[in-house]
Amino acid sequence: MLDERVITYSAALNEALRQEMRRDRTVFVMGEEITGWGDGGGVFGVTKDLSNEFGKSRVRNTPISEEGIVAIGVGAALTGMRPVVELMYGDFLTLAMEPLVNQAAKLRYMFGGQAQVPLVVRSNIGASGGKAAQHSQSLESWIMHVPGLKLALPSTPYDAKGLLKTAIRDNNPVVFLEHKLLYFAKGVVPEDDYTVPFGKAIVRRSGRDASIIATQAMLAKCLTIAERLAHEGIELEVVDPRTLVPFDIETVVESVKRTHHLLICHEAVERCGWAGEVAMAVLEQVFDYLDAPIVRVCGKNLPIPYSSSLEDIVIPSEQDLLTATMALLGRQEYVVELT
Amino acid sequence: MLAYNPHSLIDSRLSFDVGALNPGFLMKSTSLKGNKAQKVDQSQEFDQCDRELLINMLRRMTLIRAFDSRLPALYTQGLIRGSSHASIGQEAVAVGACFALRQTDYVTSTHRGHGHTIAKGGDVKRMMAELLGRAAGYCRGKGGSMHIADFSIGMLGANGIVAGGIGIAAGAALSVTMRESHDVVLCFFGEGAINQGVFLECGNMAALWALPVIFLCENNQFAMSARPTETTSVSDLTKRAAAFGISGEQIDGMDVVAVFHAVRQAAERARTGKGPSFVEAICYRYEGHFSGDNLRYRMKEERAAWNKKDPILNLRTRLIGANWLNVQEGDDLVRDAERQIDEALEFAKASPLPEPATAWEDLYA
Repeated sequence: MLDERVITYSAALNEALRQEMRRDRTVFVMGEEITGWGDGGGVFGVTKDLSNEFGKSRVRNTPISEEGIVAIGVGAALTGMRPVVELMYGDFLTLAMEPLVNQAAKLRYMFGGQAQVPLVVRSNIGASGGKAAQHSQSLESWIMHVPGLKLALPSTPYDAKGLLKTAIRDNNPVVFLEHKLLYFAKGVVPEDDYTVPFGKAIVRRSGRDASIIATQAMLAKCLTIAERLAHEGIELEVVDPRTLVPFDIETVVESVKRTHHLLICHEAVERCGWAGEVAMAVLEQVFDYLDAPIVRVCGKNLPIPYSSSLEDIVIPSEQDLLTATMALLGRQEYVVELT
Repeated sequence: MLAYNPHSLIDSRLSFDVGALNPGFLMKSTSLKGNKAQKVDQSQEFDQCDRELLINMLRRMTLIRAFDSRLPALYTQGLIRGSSHASIGQEAVAVGACFALRQTDYVTSTHRGHGHTIAKGGDVKRMMAELLGRAAGYCRGKGGSMHIADFSIGMLGANGIVAGGIGIAAGAALSVTMRESHDVVLCFFGEGAINQGVFLECGNMAALWALPVIFLCENNQFAMSARPTETTSVSDLTKRAAAFGISGEQIDGMDVVAVFHAVRQAAERARTGKGPSFVEAICYRYEGHFSGDNLRYRMKEERAAWNKKDPILNLRTRLIGANWLNVQEGDDLVRDAERQIDEALEFAKASPLPEPATAWEDLYA
């Protein structure tokens, strides 16, 4: 089969950047250490070898200046370029919130449509084994709260490439959050030029008994427990929204109409996390279809601690998901062990 | 608490006296403490400008003053809302700098941006309509005073965040470089913005990458109500430029000719690949931080002393002294500016408020 090439998530992102930079001379990437470290592609190898082809102007190493590089990205985007700015860790979004929230998200609107900001800010989220409180956070709900920012969270190598191409071609700012645990996950990625549209969820697994919404590392855990529960005769439907802004509520609603049960899982802290927003949107539309209260399985309201015994408490586990799913289905007395 | 003598700041920064209105005095070079740049004989600079340019600068400065002088009445009449910030007294900085640019060059502005937009060639009708929140305004009523932009003339927007324009300017300069255009970017910001971290970050990158940007610091003596001595570790702000290893020059921001020449040189450096420059224009904010500021933090005598440096009055006096303008023509300029503002106001009032449904336009996420 022609399209059965298997590559990593990181390589898929790299290919998206390479193809878009070839297609459009205004596309450029910049960030800290993006031509340094490892094999010369930044911490996670996403920009590997790009500078060989495109030079160090279009593959631009920057100082450690997160606010400055996002602000410069905004200015470049306003004046005819399509910058793809990399923040080494998603936690550093906090340093760049001014240009992202007050500038990128607002300029087109507050200037009455005169301007557009075709900016992509790439970063990563998620705990990945001991990176502790300042290199593990999932802050996507912060971004989702701001009108004027699109938000993509690719879960597979295929989506990583297709969504990044869509992000780069978008005339408006996109925050593109990858997951640290997925960079070296492999999947089928066609070499050709394809895009994955924003606002189109995908049903990763069909089932009749309950709907589960999750992305990225949590999606993988949900798919694992879905396989496990299939052995018990329980069929979960697992939906990956792929983009949180825009959010494909229709696909979720259709799923809930069939399953009458909904569980939402994210690694981000539960308090004011996007699960609450999605749950409310579902309630507003299909309250009458629900046979049980919506359940959230989310990150605990804690900074991410370092030690594995502590980190494991904060991040939802497969066992947490199994237990919560059985409770959702009213079968909490029926204990399912993972193995 | 810092002991403050209202005259000490003036005396330490600028030397001028009651003779300031004498055109003979104005032909002499000003003495600026800490100015390491080569002193240029002002009469030479003045002579290097042709009459038409100087008259046009006077006309534009007069228009800015007429526009911003109208703000209190607009509030009183309930025609405008929110915050607006007058740049009365700072007209020479806006006009001298923008007249040193080409039409296609970019400008980023501040919350005190009316003068910058007018200086770059903005339309006072659409500006006034924006202040009145009307559909015909530059931002279709969505921006107001602090967000006026005109991308058709390279005016990349006023900005409500102090230092918010600095990154945009550096980014536009990077864009210019990558597109191999020969435009330059003029970045206006106040001395209050110099302590924002983004100035360090973007000043460094602009210098590192030799970006064609002119960092024009309008030191109007007040960040809201705070004086530079209260907030900034150095009194000579060009030391911050020295930290980036770029050209830093302190100039008399009340003198449009001095501003024009300094920015023209900086633009030439930028256009020829020599990278960014920093210009500190010493000027004075005649009015409060915002329309309605009670100005309890400063003495009337201070304003009176700076009145002698009034950039518009001084240019007019110099032009009359050089026989390039007569009193009648000078008065006509003022009347013409007032008429333009009257017309702008009529235009704005005639424009409807935006349709509520337009609140949803230009939002995509």
